[in-house]
Amino acid sequence: MHKSILTVVGKDQVGIIAKVCSYLADSNVNILDISQTIVDGYFNMMMIVDTNASTKEFSALSSELSSLGDGIGCIVKLQREEIFESMQRI
Amino acid sequence: MINLNEVVETNLMIEKENLDVRTITLGISLLECMSDSVDTLCRKIYDRIAYTAKDLVKTGNEIERDYAIKVVNKRISVTPIGLVGSSCCRSTDDFVKIARTLDKVSEAVGVNFIGGYSALPVKGMTESERLLIESIPEALKETERVCSSVALGSTKVGINMDAVALMGRVIRKSAELTADKDSIACSKLVVFCNAPDDNPFMAGAFHGVTEADAVINVGVSGPGVIKHAVESVGSGDFGVLGETIKRTAFKITRLGQLVAQEASRRMGIPFGIVDLSLAPTPAIGDSISDIIEAMGIESTGAPGTTAALALLNDQVKKGGIMASSYVGGLSGAFIPVSEDQGMINAVKRGSLSIEKLEAMTCICSVGLDMIAIPGSTPASTISGIIADEMAIGMVNQKTTAVRVIPVIGKDVGDTAHFGGLLGYAPIMPVSRFSSERFISRGGRIPAPVHSFRN
Repeated sequence: MHKSILTVVGKDQVGIIAKVCSYLADSNVNILDISQTIVDGYFNMMMIVDTNASTKEFSALSSELSSLGDGIGCIVKLQREEIFESMQRI
Repeated sequence: MINLNEVVETNLMIEKENLDVRTITLGISLLECMSDSVDTLCRKIYDRIAYTAKDLVKTGNEIERDYAIKVVNKRISVTPIGLVGSSCCRSTDDFVKIARTLDKVSEAVGVNFIGGYSALPVKGMTESERLLIESIPEALKETERVCSSVALGSTKVGINMDAVALMGRVIRKSAELTADKDSIACSKLVVFCNAPDDNPFMAGAFHGVTEADAVINVGVSGPGVIKHAVESVGSGDFGVLGETIKRTAFKITRLGQLVAQEASRRMGIPFGIVDLSLAPTPAIGDSISDIIEAMGIESTGAPGTTAALALLNDQVKKGGIMASSYVGGLSGAFIPVSEDQGMINAVKRGSLSIEKLEAMTCICSVGLDMIAIPGSTPASTISGIIADEMAIGMVNQKTTAVRVIPVIGKDVGDTAHFGGLLGYAPIMPVSRFSSERFISRGGRIPAPVHSFRN
């Protein structure tokens, strides 16, 4: 399974999680874990997702999520998990 | 499982602290291209590079997208052309033909630099190497992407002073031929002592004869990340400072290791090494000088600078070696002037001189790098600067290099502009006393006593 990390950072507002989650559901991306916090009024969310069964290519998911983020005033990023594993774990 | 804080930390490094992969460099051996005809050789070189590097840029871009990390440069290094051309090149023009071929194929595969227009007259110089070296000014003038390097000495064999004298003249001539562009040819020409075979960084990258047919070497960067970490230490003592740098270097290098392995897997080309060097850029906050100043030096060059750089360089290596099993290339901290806004500022403030930079090269990863000097500097003085730097490398058993640019028509107080990653540089004063009589002696400086280890 190729796990990926989805991060959403931006000004807090109603419906951020809903919008991101419905996009993921529509693209058949499975959510494995969610953590979220508000720092100084800024919304910080991280999801661990499994994109293997998705109907879309990784590059399409990544660019569509990024434009979805633009629409709700958030920076949305999709990255393969290995970059965090290798930098943060021995 | 990865947690939110770890993700935020990594992404902050990428977004705010200029963490990036500086280069994926594909080393390609051209030994099999050797031929008794220059035209056949050029055709074979073109085909071999075009085929081997066809996926290089694409792979770099894919990695960039998958991990959301910038892969700034995709580059190629080749077997020193002084060797490859020895079978058929009988004039400097023959060598320039090869340079044009390298330039053309680099453009075709989409890389911004190709290194390896090189010769290795470390102890003695072959006729073919002499021709290549004499062709360098013309080759660099005629091409855009070709980088040249010449190895002039080593701890094992000493310094080839005939070659040092010749390179002083070649650097001057390269400057003169590109006088209309602030002598930019010299920014693509570097001389080495103890040149590594697997350096991924330009202008000194070449694919050594000890290497396989093709290999992937990666250079990471991250002065901005280290600077931020140093700032977070506040007034902590040197133990805390060192530990913080080491931990951060570990993370940066792991990124390099990941990217190198991915590039290697995706292209089906073996992974060679990760080069740990902290490589600055002219971008604000991406500076080695800023790290030194964050440690508590008012302006880089002030007393304490060399010690600060020594601590930095050593801790970067300690963290990096733990992070990757195959560390190589230059691996340390680069201290170029024109490519580092903090260094430029230090020169302008008057705290940093060539002599202090020379002291810093005793403990950093390379040497006098991207330093603009007055256009009137005589060839023998340039050779003198080179000889000093080669001596530091030879005696300290480390790689040292010189990349100075005598900017024709400009003097102290003027500024040379090179553009892009190469940046700009204030012209620095050079000693007005002559080295002529020393340089004109000719011959070799014998190997130092500690080279006799057998």
